Amino acid sequence: MHLLSQDKAPIYEALLKYKSMRVVPFDVPGHKQGKGNPELTEFLGEKCLSVDVNSMKPLDNLVHPVSVIKEAEELAADAFGAHHAFFMVNGATSGVQAMIMSVCKQGDKIIMPRNVHRSAINALIISGAIPAYVNPGVNKELGIPLGMSIDDVKKAIAENPDAKAIFINNPTYYGICSDLKTITELAHRHNMYVLVDEAHGSHFYFGANMPISAMAAGADMSAVSMHKTGGSLTQSSFLLKGDRLSTGHVRQTINLTQTTSGSYLLLSSLDISRRNLALGGKGIFEKASALANYAREEINKIGGYYAFSTELINGDSVYDFDHTKLSVHTREIGLAGIEVYDILRDEYGIQIELGDIGNILAIISVGDRAQALERLVSSLSEIKRLYIRDKSGMLDHEYINPEVVMAPQKAFYSDQHSIPIKDSTGYISGEFVMCYPPGIPILAPGERITEEIIDYIAYAKAKGSSLTGTEDMSIENIRVLEE
Amino acid sequence: MELWYTEQHTDNVRFSIKVDKPLYTDQSEFQRIDVFHSKEFGNFFTLDGLMMVTEKDEFIYHDMIVHVPMATNPEIKNVLVIGAGDGGTVRELTRYSTIEKIDMVEIDKMVVDVCREYFPQTACKFDDPRVQLYFEDGLKFVRSKENTYDLIIVDSTDPFGPGEGLFTKEFYGNCYKALKEDGILVNQHESPYYQEYAKSMQRAHKRIRELFPVCRVYQAHIPSYPSGHWLFGFASKTYDPLSDIDDKAWNSLGLKTKYYNTEIHKGCFALPNYVLELLVNAGE
Repeated sequence: MHLLSQDKAPIYEALLKYKSMRVVPFDVPGHKQGKGNPELTEFLGEKCLSVDVNSMKPLDNLVHPVSVIKEAEELAADAFGAHHAFFMVNGATSGVQAMIMSVCKQGDKIIMPRNVHRSAINALIISGAIPAYVNPGVNKELGIPLGMSIDDVKKAIAENPDAKAIFINNPTYYGICSDLKTITELAHRHNMYVLVDEAHGSHFYFGANMPISAMAAGADMSAVSMHKTGGSLTQSSFLLKGDRLSTGHVRQTINLTQTTSGSYLLLSSLDISRRNLALGGKGIFEKASALANYAREEINKIGGYYAFSTELINGDSVYDFDHTKLSVHTREIGLAGIEVYDILRDEYGIQIELGDIGNILAIISVGDRAQALERLVSSLSEIKRLYIRDKSGMLDHEYINPEVVMAPQKAFYSDQHSIPIKDSTGYISGEFVMCYPPGIPILAPGERITEEIIDYIAYAKAKGSSLTGTEDMSIENIRVLEE
Repeated sequence: MELWYTEQHTDNVRFSIKVDKPLYTDQSEFQRIDVFHSKEFGNFFTLDGLMMVTEKDEFIYHDMIVHVPMATNPEIKNVLVIGAGDGGTVRELTRYSTIEKIDMVEIDKMVVDVCREYFPQTACKFDDPRVQLYFEDGLKFVRSKENTYDLIIVDSTDPFGPGEGLFTKEFYGNCYKALKEDGILVNQHESPYYQEYAKSMQRAHKRIRELFPVCRVYQAHIPSYPSGHWLFGFASKTYDPLSDIDDKAWNSLGLKTKYYNTEIHKGCFALPNYVLELLVNAGE
């Protein structure tokens, strides 16, 4: 299947060799294999600190890989079916930014759904690219944003024939996939690059019966959060690239913002996780799928909750569904997702990935066990028994289509002043407001603030969502543009 | 040659039994199971290296986990037993002709199979017609039950490994729902003595106390368990084990027991001050 021998892990092996040589360190990091920081060594373990090292000839250099990192990148590219794979140490966020900055200059247009992660809009602020938003479909019952419909993409292409790229979520946080293959073909026919945010899709490359992956669909680049479902350490990710873009150019773009001290803890975790998934990923995700399907069935048996899945597929804005995402709609029991999320953690000791207005999401991945899922299901059953209430007066949507007045970069760098959010109707926002997670902006710089948005923010705050984005840490005030 | 089984009761305390011969070892889907023969304790078995049952002192545990609730409410007819793969709890329950139905849910079938072979002393009543065995996760089993049982006995391992889910708030809540309106929950409640066990004990007590109007703890001396000082939890929706016990009724049954008697019943709820303090402070 793979061309290269996937049982190798060159960075990991080089670190083992380095350790065995008992090198005396007169380089950074200054903790000198942990000796200089006994408390930290006690906490993280001597083994961990001993490989927290700096780049050196035998260990290669992330900025300019010529030996073991280069080999590890080639193995990763082979495993993911990519032309090239870059090791990233600042999350898929840095991958998303590198993708956009690799193909868009100041003033270039990029077609994207508005329900992107803030990292994509951040990239627009940095690069000065202009978004041409495609409003995602919305599922009325669940209130969640869906994928992009083909007609909407065609319309966006017709209206923006000069766009440089199309940006796609594969999947969304909730597990929804657009028709990646058709969109890719459309884009390429119109000479646009296809950039994919696969932060939540690393398992698509290894599991059976998964939605199509970006590389398999012929996309030009994809940011894959290996740490989210692939088992590597937090902050580590891959940026995958097809053959239409030059590896050197993309690397130069990455190096604009990536650290020159790439962590070998993160790099080796990527290397080992890639090997693990390449060798055993099929079985691992078969188990994850079975667990998620089982939990969904059990949760739906409780009644009141709706753990949704592939029945949402409609051939267009829900072209496919990632069934390892255990998304559960909670509004029918009278609780906001964020309330269930908080009760699960505070009362039952269960931490899930996200709770929003009407849904919770549990991530099922390489590390999950059947017994832990029994606990989740039983806790949900108890929460319904103990907390169920009338659902009237609850907000029923997660997403509001924004009115975009100007490009994010222009808004971000415009003259601004701060006013109370409650009095900001009609102003153009100079900053983001979002619930985190999921980190999808309710408001982004350059968007008109409406009554509906203010109500939504107040509601999310009252229900206990963690709001972020504004300069004001208490999210009472917002910076708006001078007009 | 000397062969010793050693259990680490804390990082700094060990408990050893001289092994006459090892009888069985295997890894099930959930845990490692070992059976040994010893001169002092007879046959004993361990799960993931932790002592579960010895032939010599199992009577103490099984007497106390069964007869305390049964003497409190002699009307108990439907019983759910969770864990208890050695069979000792079921053995004691089947001695009451008034019990009509015993559902036993053990996650690990291999434990039952091994005990049938090596512990005929405890695993002798699995085939009683009133007993129905289910091999599944207790947490899952109890989730779907409502207003069904008069008594639930949680005869579990420690709260790490497969027994973990049986010490959780969701599990006790599901038990509450599965019990009838005068139902009783009795559970293996860990030990107050060594800190790690005491913490588990406090956590369990806190969670049960939040759910049940009557919530008491009683003790027994079990030599093969860490520190020997062991606790059981008694929680119920109405019955109080001290004021509702009917000595005469229980004694008239004529059950011969080696540890339990109705005086022990009254005395076992009297706890040492340090244990009372741990229980009071369980919420912190």
